[in-house]
Amino acid sequence: MSNQHPTVIFFGTCLINTLAPRAGLAAMRLLRRAGAQVRFPRDQSCCGQPAYNAGFDDQARRVARAQLKALEGEEPIIVPSASCAGMFRHEYPRLFAGTPEQAPAQHLAERIVELCDYLQRILGVNWPDLGPPVRVALHQSCSARREMQVAAPARALLEGLAQVEVLEPARASDCCGFGGTFAVKQPDISEAMTADKAGALLATDASVLVSQDLGCLTSLEGYLRRQGAMMQVQHIAEFLWERIASPEAEALKTGDAR
Amino acid sequence: MSSPLRTRLREALARAPARRNIGRAMAGLVDKRRAAFPDAQALEQLRDQGQAIRDQALANLPALLRELEANCRANGIEVHWARTAAEANEKVRELVQAAGTTSVLKGKSMVSEEIGLNAALAEAGIEALETDLGEWIIQLAGEAPSHIVAPAVHLDRREVAARFREHFPELEVGEEIADLTALARRLLRERFAQLRVGISGVNFLIAETGTLCLIENEGNGRLCTTLPEVHIAITGIEKVIARLDQLPPLLRLLTRSATGQPITTYVNLISGPRGTDERDGPRAVHLILLDNGRARLQADPELRATLRCIRCGACMNHCPVYTRVGGHGYGTVYPGPLGAVLEPRLHGLAAPGELAEASSLCGACAEVCPVRIPLPQLIRRVRRDRARVSPGTTGRQARLWSLWAAIMAHPARARAVTRTLALLAPVINPALHWLPSPWTRHRQPPQLARETLAKLASEEGFGDE
Ligand code: SF4
Repeated sequence: MSNQHPTVIFFGTCLINTLAPRAGLAAMRLLRRAGAQVRFPRDQSCCGQPAYNAGFDDQARRVARAQLKALEGEEPIIVPSASCAGMFRHEYPRLFAGTPEQAPAQHLAERIVELCDYLQRILGVNWPDLGPPVRVALHQSCSARREMQVAAPARALLEGLAQVEVLEPARASDCCGFGGTFAVKQPDISEAMTADKAGALLATDASVLVSQDLGCLTSLEGYLRRQGAMMQVQHIAEFLWERIASPEAEALKTGDAR
Repeated sequence: MSSPLRTRLREALARAPARRNIGRAMAGLVDKRRAAFPDAQALEQLRDQGQAIRDQALANLPALLRELEANCRANGIEVHWARTAAEANEKVRELVQAAGTTSVLKGKSMVSEEIGLNAALAEAGIEALETDLGEWIIQLAGEAPSHIVAPAVHLDRREVAARFREHFPELEVGEEIADLTALARRLLRERFAQLRVGISGVNFLIAETGTLCLIENEGNGRLCTTLPEVHIAITGIEKVIARLDQLPPLLRLLTRSATGQPITTYVNLISGPRGTDERDGPRAVHLILLDNGRARLQADPELRATLRCIRCGACMNHCPVYTRVGGHGYGTVYPGPLGAVLEPRLHGLAAPGELAEASSLCGACAEVCPVRIPLPQLIRRVRRDRARVSPGTTGRQARLWSLWAAIMAHPARARAVTRTLALLAPVINPALHWLPSPWTRHRQPPQLARETLAKLASEEGFGDE
């Protein structure tokens, strides 16, 4: 990294914002710990993917346009979700093709970096592990694997921790069945997929389930809880922060959120 | 509330034996494909090549079809054009009747399923005998194909034996694969010798040489196209490629993607009827070229990619939805991700368009498609077109998304809503448990956080500027 104190913009994602803000906070702390100056633009809301995937492009564009404005600048935009990062990176240029926002959309797309990719590949962080030994099941989303190709850095971050054993479930590249509104529109198929995924995750015998995508985690956690499974569920940012922060001074309060 | 598709999908999920057979078979095909492409880089190069060949053909479709027609005619193949399914069926009926027969042999052909050929022939008093083993089994059972490459994949050998016994009560039927195929071979061969018209599909049409390429593993295709007096080939107009030397890379992609085979047992290149000095082959070869909506697809720069499809079935083999519900869950001729994008284009956005909802957009299909059809993107396109043209089926959704956009596109409103949700979390969270929703049928509901990220960020000094 040429610049020792890069400034980055953090995009929190709507799911993290409403369901797990502490995962977002942990991600920002990680970035700061890695030496970055973190800006958190207050005007951000949602990347627009839910409406876009449902086929409602006009509505998605309205929301996306607001993000183009909120995230203006030259700094890299760090996104703690491969799915939202994929929306920005690959779909914004398509969504705005042939509109006046085409160039800004392209510019924003080029600044998008997924959180783990940024920490591991670009900043090359190497943190000492302060936590106790633990077995972790890693779920890597379809967007992380295929769309953003950032599965490797997430795994490397976890494997860099001395006391963490990373376990991959069987048929790891199978979709978890969440798929945004898919889980609501096709509950039966979604459940069949989630059941298989949950089974494979439980079979690893890990005590914690970790992923860089909160969507998959929310769905899997809901299913695991309904099954009465004990496996703990955490966004990778929060997991990492807990491992590297000195437990006394900086442990995240465990409260209403993950 | 429940649409026919949803009901079908639920029924398909409940059919345990079919689900098990399909799941197992698809896992096997996935492994075979992987083993057939050990070198990732070589595979990508081959996909580049395949995509380029198909794109080039589709970009020059009208000219290539003219060239094909001229060269086929020069070879003695009669070429017929059909705009619709009805026209194609009518043409086949005419040709069969002109041959003076009331039963025909049929090789496997998805296009004949697409146009409902067997039913149309039956109406005209013509019996069509399927000769592909899988097609024959499901024809006996009165079912539809459940996969485009392996039509009877939802059945295991015991179920096949049961169907045989039901149909041929007088015969001794074993349950071993060898017994079943031997029986099928004997029964089918008796008919091969008698029938005078054979109908087949086509895998590729080569414009340069006026050649029909037909691949298969059982030899029934070769029998159907050489033994009878008349051979009728029927296929979509998009199957054309420019040159003969473009065939090998496409065949390599097709067979390896489909079944992991480096090549199929039979590769038939048909360049005309029996010559005067030849001892076998049909006296007449007819090629029916079907549009049925394809020209419309060709004209659309985004949808054109759909026509690259070489019908290998890899997208469905890898699709987590298809592998769980099988082809019958979709209730269409073409199932899986390919069906979700093709069916609405051939048969309208209203009912077939709903297939596009049966996808989590996981991208497994596009990752394996040998000609790189961007299937998730095309699935989104179906959803988008539906939202635009059928407000009746999507009106409620449109209102919800507009409301969502009205909040999320305005920073102050979005902040206010997020803050309110966090504030009301203690009230909303317990309620989420009681509200009936598709989500809570199988999952505990997610719980809203009591703080917003904006508040946490500002408390820790993460500024806006
Ligand atoms: S869409 Fe691609 S993967 Fe699916 S059948 Fe066609 S060529 Fe094969």
